[in-house]
Amino acid sequence: MNETLLVLQAACLTIIGAATPLLFAALGELVTERAGVLNLGLEGMMLIGAVAAFAATVVSGNPYLGVLLGALAGALMALLHGIMVLTLLTNQVATGLAMTLFGVGLSALLGAGFVGVTVAPLPALPVPLLASLPLLGPLLFEHNLLVYLSLLLVVGLSLFICRTRAGLILRAVGESPSSAHALGYPVIRIRYLALLFGGAMAGVGGAYLSLVYTPMWSENMTAGRGWVALALVVFASWRPGRALLGAYMFGGVTILQLHGQGMGLSIPSQFLSMLPYLATVLVLVLISRDGVKLRENRPASLGLLFRPSS
Amino acid sequence: MLRLEPRPQASRAMIYLSPLLALLLTLGSGFVIFRLLGVDAGQALYAFFIQPLSDGYGVSELLVKAVPLVLIGVGLAVGFRANVWNIGAEGQLAMGAVFAGGLAIWVPEESGVWVLPAMLLLGMLGGMLWAAIPALLRTRYNANEILTSLMLSYVALLFLSYLVHGPWRDPEGFNFPESKLFAASATLPILLDGTRLHLGLPIAMAVVAGVWVMLARTLVGFQVRVVGASPRAAQFAGFRERAMIWFALLLAGALAGLAGMIEVAGPIGQLVPQVSPGYGFTAIIVAFVGRLHPAGVTAAGLLLALSYLGGENLQIEMGLPQAVTGVFQGMLLFYLLACDVMIHYRVRIGRPRVIEGARR
Repeated sequence: MNETLLVLQAACLTIIGAATPLLFAALGELVTERAGVLNLGLEGMMLIGAVAAFAATVVSGNPYLGVLLGALAGALMALLHGIMVLTLLTNQVATGLAMTLFGVGLSALLGAGFVGVTVAPLPALPVPLLASLPLLGPLLFEHNLLVYLSLLLVVGLSLFICRTRAGLILRAVGESPSSAHALGYPVIRIRYLALLFGGAMAGVGGAYLSLVYTPMWSENMTAGRGWVALALVVFASWRPGRALLGAYMFGGVTILQLHGQGMGLSIPSQFLSMLPYLATVLVLVLISRDGVKLRENRPASLGLLFRPSS
Repeated sequence: MLRLEPRPQASRAMIYLSPLLALLLTLGSGFVIFRLLGVDAGQALYAFFIQPLSDGYGVSELLVKAVPLVLIGVGLAVGFRANVWNIGAEGQLAMGAVFAGGLAIWVPEESGVWVLPAMLLLGMLGGMLWAAIPALLRTRYNANEILTSLMLSYVALLFLSYLVHGPWRDPEGFNFPESKLFAASATLPILLDGTRLHLGLPIAMAVVAGVWVMLARTLVGFQVRVVGASPRAAQFAGFRERAMIWFALLLAGALAGLAGMIEVAGPIGQLVPQVSPGYGFTAIIVAFVGRLHPAGVTAAGLLLALSYLGGENLQIEMGLPQAVTGVFQGMLLFYLLACDVMIHYRVRIGRPRVIEGARR
């Protein structure tokens, strides 16, 4: 009995660990895309965030400072992306690819001195009283700061996007930038802000990987999670609540990858490692099949260039 | 503030100047980066860009590395022109290597001359099959080919890893995750003694010429160019978008698979977990720097092949991490896209001057 509980608990913790970085990146990209900007550089921004957070933690010994620097580094990358696609009007797809390729290279260069170093992971912060609940306590109330933050972010963003005036303006910019511009809203500035937020969140997602999930730095350690997060946004129909659902579903797939062989599955590890990627493809197919519905949900100006008329 | 003024007509000069400008900016930034890393920047740039080409062997190595880049880049360029964003060439390359390598492992030592052509076809088939999946998912289920092709890359690389760790591992290979060495009949012949220059070079040159003719002289090439220049015009002309997606993905897949076959049957000579140091991704840069034109792609392929040699040499000469290669590659694409702005716009600094009555 006790053993089953422990296994269950380990499984839940695995799900949360795998889901949280995806959730951060997906929530950030969700806001970016709501403003009509496509950021295919997410993978590169996560990597830069991961290496910046790790380096800062090694140097300062403070993982919270690490997370902050991860967010800052991600936002800096996003600023670069913004200068390209918002000011210089470059193609958003090509620029996003450039950001990812650049991020992969730069993070490897910056992290070369940190390979093999370990840090103390982000500490768990048990919620007083609640954490001592049997069973539920350790499952729900004994996580690190970032897990709580990611859940708060889901609620906060849901309210922000659907219930506030600023959220309405954000959506207006994404649906019809020319209308928003005509109404006097600073479309480009709003898009910059949304993009910076997305970059910072991707950086935090990366920081979670290098400070909690592994916790160490290795080249290309995101292994495509930035791209999975992009797919999650489509899956979530650009709604924060559904992004949460999607991220935790992907966390569930990861259980098989990490514990599949321990559970007695005699499948080669490579096939288990394929599961998250195959699941992403499957989810994309299921959600994209209904083209009409997809177009209804997608911000109408997503990926299109906008040049204010004056 | 920066301000963009549309040009009445796209600047043809900038189309060709932009890559050169981007290269200069990359060199300048490289200088700064080396300074920041605390090394002699002049010496590092020399070791990166000049020293690798200082002898005949270096030039032959450049060609060896340019072959896969040019092959994949040409295929991707056709797709990018038609707005088909296949970024999964790395996986298509791996599947080409798997299909071709499978035959090489399976045939007996002394086999006839049929083996290499068969491997060539199998490699192309493997890449095509892998590229056919995103094509099917896009045309049938409307799934974004950027994400699906990339996800399938990871799957292909894991599959290759499974094969060389498991069923295809050389039983006499001291447990290394490698297949047995291919027999001579399954290896591309060397063109020049003392180098690794192999038959892949003329094959790549023939492919470049073929795609050039295809783009310039055939109906399908015309359709690709029209779709790229004006998707709406293509629609009115009745070009089928689906057929274009299939064509672009299958062509790029076949060429990436061919590159995979050439790598395992050429310089590598066996199946290993990593048959490519990211050629499939670098080829995206090759396609853009090469202005999506076969001739340009060839030049760009040579340039980016140099970035691999330069990174290796820098590691040997100055102990710098090989990741420098990736940084240079990323910066080059970055600056290129930024410089491309000047094809369609004039960049002005300062507030707009409004001339009375002159505004449209």
